[in-house]
Amino acid sequence: MRGDAKSMTVLRPRSAAEAVKSYAKVPTAMPLAGGTDLMVGWNLGVLNGRSILDLSRVAEWKKINVVSDGIDIGSLVTHSEIQKHPVIRKRFPLLVAACGTVGAAQIQNRGTIGGNIANASPAGDTFPALAVYEATVRVLGQSGRRGVPISEIFAGVKKTTLKPGELIEAVFLPFTDTAPTRGVFRKVGTRAAQAISKTMFAGLLFNGKGGVLAEARLAFGSLAPTVRRLYAAESFLKGRKLDDKTINAAAELMTTDVSPIDDIRSTREYRLVVSRNLLIAFLKGEVK
Amino acid sequence: MSVGKNEPRRDGPAKLTGRAKYLDDLDIPGCWHGVTVRATVPHGKIKSVSYDPSFPWQECVIATAEDIPGKNLVALIEADQPLLADGIVRHREEAVILIAHPDRATAYEAAKRVKIEYEPLPPVFDMEKSEKVFKSFKIERGDVDAGFAAADVIVEGEYRTPSQEQAYIENNAIAAYEENGILIVTGSIQCPYYVLKAMKQAFDRDETKIRVIQTVTGGGFGGKEEYPSMLAGHAALLALKAGRPVKIVYDRHEDMTATTKRHPAIVRHKTGLMKDGKLVAQDIEVVMDGGAYATLSAVVLSRGTLHAAGVYECPNTRVRSKVVMTHTPPNGAFRGFGAPQTLFAVELHWEKIADVLKIDSLVLRQKNIFKLGSTTATGQKLLESVGAEECLQKTVKGSKYVAKRKEYDRWNKSSKNKTWKGIGLAVCHHGAGFTGSGEVYLASRAGVALTRSGELIVLAASTEIGQGTNTMFAQVASDALGVPASWFSVETPDTHKVPDSGPTVASRTCMVVGGLVSRATRELKRAFEAEYGKVPKTPADLKKAAAVLCAGKAARRFEVQYEKPPEVTWDDATYRGDAYGVYSYAAIAVDLEIDKLTYEVRVNKVTTAQDIGKAINPLLAEGQIIGGSTQGLGWALLEEPIFKDGIMINGQFTNYIIPTSLDTPPFQVSLVEKPYSRGPFGAKGVGELPMDIPGPAVAAAVKHATGRLIPTLPHTPERIAKALS
Amino acid sequence: MIKLTVNGKKKSFGGAPFKRLIDTLREDFALTGTKEGCGEGECGACTVLLDGEPVNSCLIPVCQAEGCKVETVESLGTPEKLSKLQAGFLACGGAQCGICTPGMLMTAQAHIRTKGKCDDKSIRTALSGNLCRCTGYQDIVKSVLKAAKGR
Repeated sequence: MRGDAKSMTVLRPRSAAEAVKSYAKVPTAMPLAGGTDLMVGWNLGVLNGRSILDLSRVAEWKKINVVSDGIDIGSLVTHSEIQKHPVIRKRFPLLVAACGTVGAAQIQNRGTIGGNIANASPAGDTFPALAVYEATVRVLGQSGRRGVPISEIFAGVKKTTLKPGELIEAVFLPFTDTAPTRGVFRKVGTRAAQAISKTMFAGLLFNGKGGVLAEARLAFGSLAPTVRRLYAAESFLKGRKLDDKTINAAAELMTTDVSPIDDIRSTREYRLVVSRNLLIAFLKGEVK
Repeated sequence: MSVGKNEPRRDGPAKLTGRAKYLDDLDIPGCWHGVTVRATVPHGKIKSVSYDPSFPWQECVIATAEDIPGKNLVALIEADQPLLADGIVRHREEAVILIAHPDRATAYEAAKRVKIEYEPLPPVFDMEKSEKVFKSFKIERGDVDAGFAAADVIVEGEYRTPSQEQAYIENNAIAAYEENGILIVTGSIQCPYYVLKAMKQAFDRDETKIRVIQTVTGGGFGGKEEYPSMLAGHAALLALKAGRPVKIVYDRHEDMTATTKRHPAIVRHKTGLMKDGKLVAQDIEVVMDGGAYATLSAVVLSRGTLHAAGVYECPNTRVRSKVVMTHTPPNGAFRGFGAPQTLFAVELHWEKIADVLKIDSLVLRQKNIFKLGSTTATGQKLLESVGAEECLQKTVKGSKYVAKRKEYDRWNKSSKNKTWKGIGLAVCHHGAGFTGSGEVYLASRAGVALTRSGELIVLAASTEIGQGTNTMFAQVASDALGVPASWFSVETPDTHKVPDSGPTVASRTCMVVGGLVSRATRELKRAFEAEYGKVPKTPADLKKAAAVLCAGKAARRFEVQYEKPPEVTWDDATYRGDAYGVYSYAAIAVDLEIDKLTYEVRVNKVTTAQDIGKAINPLLAEGQIIGGSTQGLGWALLEEPIFKDGIMINGQFTNYIIPTSLDTPPFQVSLVEKPYSRGPFGAKGVGELPMDIPGPAVAAAVKHATGRLIPTLPHTPERIAKALS
Repeated sequence: MIKLTVNGKKKSFGGAPFKRLIDTLREDFALTGTKEGCGEGECGACTVLLDGEPVNSCLIPVCQAEGCKVETVESLGTPEKLSKLQAGFLACGGAQCGICTPGMLMTAQAHIRTKGKCDDKSIRTALSGNLCRCTGYQDIVKSVLKAAKGR
């Protein structure tokens, strides 16, 4: 342990309004939610002397609200709580599956969905699911609240488009008009449990009339600095029948939207091959 | 009788309740925290050292090489590794300066404020390009050239294995302080007398003025064999300079990057066989990467060399080996100690030979495997306790190897299946105890003490590091005396209390030191019989007998020293003779499947039979086998320290991947007990054996599943995908 | 002053609020049963129960445990009277070097308490955040199964 507790200044707001106010006052403070990432850095001694905005007392951000057109998950809701929620389990199973792959129980019990997003790791486990569910991230700042589509929240590796002073208050998942015909989440990590992903896939298919596809939503994590929807493949697939030729052509379009790299956990080559395999198998209905 | 029973672990209750005190749990009044300033270049000359003037240095104690009272040396085999770099650094993690401060975080902050400038020198990272050889060996049997000339086929192969991090869950930790003129070092230590030897040289004191005490130790696996000698020196240097206790507790990153690991190796085989699969000649070359200093490389290489030809008889064998220097942190002891590297090669090579000869590798192994009376590459005749065939047979049967080979061949032909399945086999021997004449040089001692009040205490320097040493000693001693195991306690390894039983390594603790304990206890038994007329039968009886035997003294000690069995001969110069007194044997079958989409490997079952002579405590022995095999599976599938510019860049548990409970298959373990006449109750060694061959068995299973022989570990999904592309 | 309940006893802590829960337990409350293995939330050796849920105490500043119930290994049995779970570990070889054991026990304790399924698969899943380098896990799983029997 190299962190120096004495050197830290901790701000502990008791409400959302207070949190935004404190943050405005100390803009250099680091927001702290479940701590599962921030504390790793702190233990390495790289955050000594910093101010911390501990959000753990902001009770209103710990709630899950089911509303008419979707579900509103407070930013401080943990990955464990998401997995236990009956409506999320029923309507957003890919998010539930993704939350079950975030570290192990100890991490899922502390790590929060808002913290996960704010941390903006390229390998953030919930992001592909949030991307295909077309979540909106609601943020609160001094000048009020705004909704940011999940597709616009990430700016790069460990970077978000949050403006100074803004904090995430909730993630809104809209119900889909019709239930997806097929939905899959698959994480390929460094081992069977408690792993960081090498590639991660979430896909939803909605069948239309006459055996053609009304809509495909396809997303990969860990294949680019941020989570990516396969827009090129999705628009190609729309209105087509899922035969082998179409599926292969869609898979060819994958690299329009993703560009993996070699790193400490895997290689570009492997990530591409496996991601392509997963995509094709998903479109063929061969993965569950 | 206690031997053969699952006596509950002695250290269990304290560990299970959180009461067991590991080093960092001790409340040492006034103890400061020590940290290490390390090199930032892999090879270079120290030009200057400067201290940030804005930092309150007066709060710290700083130690450099100049403060070392004796030799600037971590004494082990070669006198080459300094305690602190003096002028030149030879790897990126070399310790240069030590700092102590009352507060741990401030001590780390201080370390950041030291700036060392270097004149860079060219580093060597590639073992094949290194020109500095620490040690080389040659074993020769028969006429290798004539053997090749007579062979029907010759099969060649090259095999590579990576380094491996021991990844004990308790990081290295040692405290030092001086008390009444005695320098005390205590902590997480596998080999207290190794630490003592190093401390004597560095601090220019004799053993009466230095005392090394082991605390409860959270795993070692070889990783706490030699490194604690370095760490103890560092803690002691700071403690003496500060005039107060100082402890150094590494964090995970420092422990992973700076301390010793398994030697990476390249092994080349050239094998001559007859058409029916009979071995007639083999030529084997081994290169290992020793890192920047010699540490234990010579003996690691020795064991690797002596196991390189595997568990097979071949009339014409040559093994040439060397371990070389590179500018990386020194590699050292890790469970298996060179053998897993060379056994990976010889075992996987059978799969290659099987393809050439079109004979299943099982048949090839059966044809050549050691039997009673076989002769090894060093000319050792195996005269007793040879369980290789029985291990193989039990493993084949228990795993349904033959049926599964066929079943999976059919499975793999169907493109509808979402996985490829494979089952692979490996067999090995593992020499118990020190190599060659090592045990003679060690001249280990152990004993038992009887106190006046009737306590019976085992005296040995062998440490309990999780493997069950203390429980095993009590079982051996109690049966040797014929009393309940609960009558015996085991003394803490403390160089002022116990004799030098040699290091806790080399699968020697039970067979060699347990044997000494058994012998010493039999001396006590004879004393009871001679002086008290009988061995006491009740605790009250024991008290009476103790009073008679101690005759007014506080205690009476019965100590014995290792004696070489007369039938064992060994020549260091020619590397011929009885390389080990006896061998343990193992066979393992790994049953796995590979996801066709992701190339992820799931091991479904491991079946293994291991001949360890006699299981003193079957539950503990099986614990060694399952745990050691799991480390082997980790090495086979997941674990790989990644080096860049001479430093491990994945030195955290986030990126150095060891198996979790979900990565680990069910194990079916059979104990084979071919007793060894010189071992206590027939026991041989069990510690390292299980680590030896999960690697080649996994690789053979992957080959069965995919048709591709991948000669490099670990078999990550990336490597498998590449082999299949 | 931060108030919390540790092993059923009310405690207050007046030091730096960003001190980690593990350090507070070990240094201020003398509960050294909780171990640090990695300081990065990977090994689980520091697992304690926070309001009944297993968490890594190396990743929690003590201020976040304010008002919470903390349970550590010291809340289970004593060497003289082991809890059922601890006795299972002793009988089945669930502990070797012992450094992962306190964290392992706490995670297992939480799993057993859930009263859900307690079979090989569920135990392995529950314990997947606790690294053990000695046992290969099989005997740990057996230990938990034994303790869970007849709960």
